[in-house]
Amino acid sequence: MGADLVVRFAGEGGQGQVTAAEGLAQAAARVGYHVQTFATYPSQIEGGPVWAQARISTNEILTQGDQLDILVALNRQAYETHISELRDGGIVIYNSNDFDTAPPGNAIGFDVDQLARDTGNPRAGNFIMIGSVAQLASMPLQYFTEFVKERFTRGRPNDQEIIDGNNKAIVVGAEKATESGYSVEALDEPPAKTGKRILAQGNNLLCMGAIAGGLEVFYGYPISPATTILVFMENNLNQEGQFVGQTSSEIESIAAIIGAGYSGRKVMTSTAGPGLSLMHEGLGLAWISEIPLVVIDVQRGGPATGLPTKTEQSDLLSALSPGHGDMRLPVIAPGSVADCFPAAIHALNWAERYQGPVMLLTEMSIAERNEDIAMPDLSAIQVESRVKSTGEIGNRRYAGREISPFPVPGTVGAAYVANGSEHDEQGDTTHMPQVHVDQTERRFSKLKLLETDSYYDSENTSASVAILPWGGSKGPARSAYNRLRVDGLDLAWYFTMFIHPMPPKLIEELQAKDLVIVPELNYLGQFSSVLRAMGINAHSITQYTGLPFKEGYLVEQVQEMIAAQSGKLVRA
Amino acid sequence: MSKRNPEYDFKWCPGCGDFGVVRAVELALAERVNRLHEPIENTALIAGIGCSGNLVHLQEGPQPYGFHGIHGRAMAIAYGVKASRPDLNVIAVGGDGDMLSIGAEHIGPQAKRNVDMTIVIMDNGIYGLTKGQASPTTLGGVITATTPYGKLEDALRPLETYLAVGVSFIASSVSSKPRELANLITEAMDHPGFSIVHVQSPCTTYNDTYEALKGNPAKGIDPMAHDVPTNHDPGDWNAALALVKQPGVPIGIIYKDPNSVPLHQRFTEARERVRVRTRSVEQMLSALEI
Repeated sequence: MGADLVVRFAGEGGQGQVTAAEGLAQAAARVGYHVQTFATYPSQIEGGPVWAQARISTNEILTQGDQLDILVALNRQAYETHISELRDGGIVIYNSNDFDTAPPGNAIGFDVDQLARDTGNPRAGNFIMIGSVAQLASMPLQYFTEFVKERFTRGRPNDQEIIDGNNKAIVVGAEKATESGYSVEALDEPPAKTGKRILAQGNNLLCMGAIAGGLEVFYGYPISPATTILVFMENNLNQEGQFVGQTSSEIESIAAIIGAGYSGRKVMTSTAGPGLSLMHEGLGLAWISEIPLVVIDVQRGGPATGLPTKTEQSDLLSALSPGHGDMRLPVIAPGSVADCFPAAIHALNWAERYQGPVMLLTEMSIAERNEDIAMPDLSAIQVESRVKSTGEIGNRRYAGREISPFPVPGTVGAAYVANGSEHDEQGDTTHMPQVHVDQTERRFSKLKLLETDSYYDSENTSASVAILPWGGSKGPARSAYNRLRVDGLDLAWYFTMFIHPMPPKLIEELQAKDLVIVPELNYLGQFSSVLRAMGINAHSITQYTGLPFKEGYLVEQVQEMIAAQSGKLVRA
Repeated sequence: MSKRNPEYDFKWCPGCGDFGVVRAVELALAERVNRLHEPIENTALIAGIGCSGNLVHLQEGPQPYGFHGIHGRAMAIAYGVKASRPDLNVIAVGGDGDMLSIGAEHIGPQAKRNVDMTIVIMDNGIYGLTKGQASPTTLGGVITATTPYGKLEDALRPLETYLAVGVSFIASSVSSKPRELANLITEAMDHPGFSIVHVQSPCTTYNDTYEALKGNPAKGIDPMAHDVPTNHDPGDWNAALALVKQPGVPIGIIYKDPNSVPLHQRFTEARERVRVRTRSVEQMLSALEI
């Protein structure tokens, strides 16, 4: 019996791989398994190589899995591309309608399309594959037939027909698997459910977190992999008084949320790398004119159009210091799907508290994967709102080095000019040296309001070497950390979603380490360069394939890095 | 500002057309405050970058809320203000470089949304603040700092552009008639929809067009500026197009869409029509429950 099953469906766009992986995951989650999906696809509407996978486990899932237990290859190219990731003893299910030579090893070939047609529902191919997979892993077919019944009972006249067809397909797939005589290690019984759980994608959770955090106005422009945020907002940020607008460009998005933030509303936009570049000047304006707003950047491969549908963590430096001039923006980077909900609330709270722009940095791998997580606790949410002026300071909007009450347009006796030029306390443009000194220091000193020691997790902190992933590399790094610790390596663990400002106590602890290892998905080693500037001996494990880290790779790299540092592995 | 910082270091050149425009804005806002019994703080004045954008700092008397942002984006910022706060009176001001070159991309979308706000464009046909480079409305063939062989591009015709992209209220005037201009700005603010008041506002240093606009019979120069004919029907788009294709600078209302429905009204009506279903965050999360 085993704890874990990784299944990949690969083929051409339009063959239902994503539906198959998600269907498998949903059905498994329903009976209590932990699940995580991952998909990668080309930047086109139809066709092109698409693969999607589901990992099903009795334990909490940290990565999409290093190796495949089952590969479903719908064409020869898919087979050739992915076969190297199949583990020893893994099984290939292939579409014999597409390629006729049976691959070597444990392979089951059948004509998926013909079998689907035979069930009476030509679109049931997904369920044939799911049936085969379930049989190979000795999962009761009943999990899936019940899921089909629930999913396709939609109150339409042909519901029963579709349900019957899909269930027939599951049985047909299972029979094909049985005929083959092959099987993978049977999956253990699902764990007992503890508390309410949801199956969610990162982008949707970001949206729900933002709405729970009091978001009122959202503007956005379609861009992969951030589009689902705009779509979710258009359909759900729809209470009386809320507003969502699709803009003509990211330049218009940032300008519009600056206007909306200035008007007193809680505001947000979302984008990906190219859009972030277009927002740079606007972010500078929000910083200098002190307008609270949140920009979500769902990172993808860059630069320029780069890898629009792949994952990367290469926008960090751009998020910290977008555009020109002296500024360093607050950056929050959730490390998992579950982190997305609180991250959005923190980001809005930060913007309100220090009255300025906040970057919420996530990435494609978190944005679009489905994962089962504990139901967020709504009763624990604390929503902050900016301190508002009632006219008591007149027009002295930018007075002193502390936060000032925010003058909301319409408030009598508090009119001022929000100014993107250097300005005096009432917003009048002036280029006097001392004013620029005072106002620059004012803007940076406000960041102190965001420093907090409450929000990072750590383990085995006495070790002299630490691993500190950021963003979506948290899961793979944690997975590697767990294995290294079991292997006896004395390694400290740290993670925070607060990239800037970082919790001061965390900085102190990291400064005391001999080595801080930073796994990150970029060439430059962006986060470690930031940490080194803070006096932390940080070095990166980099990867820039457009894909997330695998546990095995990180284990190797950590061992090599420590060996190179000390001449030998540090043993506990 | 009313209590201006003595160190404030921006001044318009003597005779700048923008003096007339700021006066007109002050008059129009004062009239609005009196007529609607609405505090001036209910107005947000969003300015672009360039000589003209400094208008937001140079108003005398009671002050509205202001925003002096970045080059080319005043209209987009103003859209953000108005769409999220339909209760505010929103005005954006800027020059021909700001609104018709770097920021021209924002005209069409605001026109199509019909955002209920007023744009005042001060057209001096030159980049003044950067000392005399060709702008979109500089005439073809003119020698400027950046057009040593004479400007190769044809001049943009702003009024035709506004009509083409569907601006629902278009007026044209000159800065030397602040009272008439104030009345046009008032009409624009009262118009339920996206309005542009295009003002010829001469640059006395780099492109002094006062004489050309006003004419000089002694030199045999006919005035470019002329009143919109009394029989012009501003509700007739084709007549408006014919009018702006004539040579010269018309003074008055060029076009006013009689059926203009502004963005916030469209939004309210659409919400009622589709009977929007709202969900609490708790409901959204529950829908994902396994």
